[in-house]
Amino acid sequence: MPLIAQPSHPPAGAVLARLHEIHAAKGYLPEADLRATANDLAIPLSQLYSAAAFYSAFSFQPRGSHTVQGCLGTACYIRGGDRLLEKIGTSLGVKPGETTPDGLFTIETVHCFGSCSMSPVIRVDEETYGRLRVDRVARILKKFTEGTLGEHSIEEQEK
Amino acid sequence: MTIRSHADLKNLREDGISLLRPERPRICVGMATCGLVAGAGAVFEAIREAGKTYGMDIVLVSTGCIGCCQQEPVVDVYMPGLGRVLYARMTSEDGQKLITALSVSEFPGEHALAVIPEAGSVAPKGMGILSRLPLISELPFYAKQHKIILRNSGLINPESIGEYAAVGGYQGLSRALWGLSPREVIDEITRSGLRGLGGGGFPTGKKWEVCSRAAGTARYIICNADEGNPGAYMDRTILESDPYAVIEGMTIGGYAIGASQGYVYVRNEYPLAIKRIRHAIEQSEALGLLGEDILGSGFSFSIDVVRGAGAFVCGEETALIASMEGGLGEPRARPPYPAIKGLWGQPTIINNVKTLASVSAIVAQGADWYAGIGTDGNAETVVFSLVGKIANTGLVEAPLGLTLNEMIHEIGGGGLDGRRVKAVQTGGPAGGCIPADLFHLPIDYSSLSQAASIMRSGGMVVMDEETCMVDVARYFLSFTIEESCGKCTPCREGARHMVEILTRIIEGKAGPGDLAMLEEVALWVKGASLCGLGQTAPNPVLSTLRYFRDEYDAHVNEKRCPSGVCRALIRLAIVPERCTGCGLCLRECPVGAVSGEKKQPHSIDAALCTRCRTCYEICPEGAVEIVR
Repeated sequence: MPLIAQPSHPPAGAVLARLHEIHAAKGYLPEADLRATANDLAIPLSQLYSAAAFYSAFSFQPRGSHTVQGCLGTACYIRGGDRLLEKIGTSLGVKPGETTPDGLFTIETVHCFGSCSMSPVIRVDEETYGRLRVDRVARILKKFTEGTLGEHSIEEQEK
Repeated sequence: MTIRSHADLKNLREDGISLLRPERPRICVGMATCGLVAGAGAVFEAIREAGKTYGMDIVLVSTGCIGCCQQEPVVDVYMPGLGRVLYARMTSEDGQKLITALSVSEFPGEHALAVIPEAGSVAPKGMGILSRLPLISELPFYAKQHKIILRNSGLINPESIGEYAAVGGYQGLSRALWGLSPREVIDEITRSGLRGLGGGGFPTGKKWEVCSRAAGTARYIICNADEGNPGAYMDRTILESDPYAVIEGMTIGGYAIGASQGYVYVRNEYPLAIKRIRHAIEQSEALGLLGEDILGSGFSFSIDVVRGAGAFVCGEETALIASMEGGLGEPRARPPYPAIKGLWGQPTIINNVKTLASVSAIVAQGADWYAGIGTDGNAETVVFSLVGKIANTGLVEAPLGLTLNEMIHEIGGGGLDGRRVKAVQTGGPAGGCIPADLFHLPIDYSSLSQAASIMRSGGMVVMDEETCMVDVARYFLSFTIEESCGKCTPCREGARHMVEILTRIIEGKAGPGDLAMLEEVALWVKGASLCGLGQTAPNPVLSTLRYFRDEYDAHVNEKRCPSGVCRALIRLAIVPERCTGCGLCLRECPVGAVSGEKKQPHSIDAALCTRCRTCYEICPEGAVEIVR
C-alpha cells in the first residue's frame, strides 16, 4: 500500500465529457465555463485548458452557425477531397479554420470521417454528403444559406 | 425482465426470432453511416409512406451495413414462405415500386442484387425472379469472404437485443459465466489463436493472462474504437451494426481478467456509432446483461462510453489512457504495458472492437472451431476496407492468405471506371504502398511487411494511374505533422523536414541531393521516435521511394508529374474538337480561368489557371486534357 494517500481524480473520461457538454451548448469553450468546470472537477485550470487545447474538436473562439467539414482522409484525398475544400473555400471566401464574416459558416478539415466508401465526402453540421463532385458543392451550401435543411441523398445528384 | 436462467435466455431468443421472421414482409434498410450518406433515409421514408398508402402490414427496420457499400442504399426484403432478396442502389422511387410489387406478393426484378438463402422458402432460390438471381454467396464480392466479426452486420436490427440473441448472441457469455472459470476463459482464447485485430497482432489470450496476474486494486477493460486510420471504417461499422457483440465480448473479457468496469473509447467523428453503443448498453443494463450479478452468476460489470475529441494519436493505447484520465492524449514509453499498469496505474486490457466482437463468437463456438478457420499460423479472419480508386468499395472479411489480386481484382472488381490499378496503400499513415506487380502476394502479416507495408487496421486504399505517389507520400507526412503530439523531436521536426523536401519535389524545385536527404531523414525518424506514430510515419515515403523511384526521378530530374497531379508540373488545355461549349467548366472554374461563347469551344487562360483539375473532372465530353 502506498504510504501517501493517492490524490483523487475525476472519473475516467469525465474531462472530455464536460468539454463536449460545454462545446455542444455554447458552440465553443468560453473562459468562464472552463474556470467553473475546473473548479467543479477539482482539477487545475491549466490541466483543463491544456487538454482542451490538445483536441481538434474544441474551439476557444465562437464558431459559425454551421460547420462545414471537408474530409481529407486518404480515400477522399485521392478522389478529390482537397478540391472540394478548395471549392468550399472559394465559395464562402474563407479558409479552413476560419469563420465567414456573417457568422454563418466555419470551415474545418477532418482526417477521415470513416465514410471512405462514399468518398469524397463533406459534412455540414450533422449531415454527411458523399460521392461528391465539385459541381455539387454550391447547391449543398445553398441549402444552408436559405435555411432549408436538405436531405443528403444522391438521388438529386443522379437526376 | 432480468435474464437469469436458460429459460430467460430462450425467451429472449424467441422474441428475437419472431422479430426476424415475422408472419408478414420484413423490409430492412441498411442505415449505417454509409447507407445514410447514400440516401437510405429517404428510401426508408418512401417505403414507410408507400406501405401506409397500400395499407400493407409490413415490418420496416433499419439495420446496419452488410458490407457492399458500393451498392448502397441497400434494402433486404423478406417475404414469409417466399424468400429473401437483397436490393441495391435503391432510390425513393424504387422504394415505392418495391411496395407496389410486394402488395401483390411479388419480388420486383429491378435493382435485385442477390438472394439471401432462407430456411423454409419455397425452393433454395425460390421462384420467379428469385430463380434467376445469384445467391449472395455467389457474388464475386462475397464469394471468398468468411464472416465472423461481421457475422450479424446488416442482418439484424442494431437496436434490438432480442434479434442479437436470436442469431446466437449471449451463447458465449452464458457459457463463460455459467460453465467456465476465468482461467478457463483465458485458456479458451489462448487456444483459439486470436490475435489483436487492431493491427498489433499480439495474442489476445496472452495479454489477458498477463493482466489477470498483475497486481492492482482494480482492473479495467477498454474497447479501443478510436479508429483514426484514414481509409479504415470497420470499427465504426461494427458499432453501428452489431454493438451487442462488442458488449458481450467486453463482458467476457471483464470476467476473465477480473474487471468490474469497462469503457468504450469512440472517435468523435462517429456520432451514430456512439448513439448505437450507448443504446445497446442501456438495453443490456435493463435486462441485467450488464450491471450487478449478470446472469445470476455473481459477476458484476458496467460499461461507460468515452467520446474522443479528434486526436489521431489517442488510438495508441497509452495515449488513449492519458486522454481518459483527463490529461493530454500523449503516449508514454512502454513498458510498463497497460496490462500491468494502465488506467489510473491499474492493470488494464485494451482490445480493438474487432477483437472483442471475435471473442463473443469464439467463446460461443469454442477455440477449436476458431483455430480451424485460417491458414497455418493465422487463425483469425480480418476485416479489410476496400476504398479509393476501386470499382467495388466496401468491407471484406476473410481469413488471411487471400492474394492482393483476389482482393483487388476479384472482390474489388478492379479499378474505378476501368482504369489501371497502380498500387494499394495498406496500414494507413503507418503503412506503405504496394505496387501492382506484387499483387500476387498473399495478405498476411509477414508478406505485407516484406513488401515494406503493414496490415495494421485493414484499410486498403487503391490507387490508379492518376494518383501521384510522391503527392501521396507528402499527403501522409502532412497528416503526421498535424497529428504528431510534439513530445519527441524526431517525429515533430523530422516529419516537418520530410514534408519540406517532398514539397520541393512536387513543386519542381528539388535538387539532386534531395532524394538522398529524404531517405536519410526518413530512417532517422523511424529509428528514433518515441511511439508508433513517429516510428512508422516514414513508411509511406520509404515504400514509395522503393517502388516508385521512377516517379520521384521524373519530378526531380525532368520536372514532370507522370500521373498528372502535381500542379506546378502540369497544364490543362481544352481540345477544341471535343468541346461542345456547354459552359459547365466555365461556371465551375473556381478562378474564372475558362472563357468562351456558348456552343463554341472554350479555352483556359494558363496565367489564371490554378490546375485544380475541376474542369478535367466534370467535363462531360472528356475535352479537357492534362498536359504533363
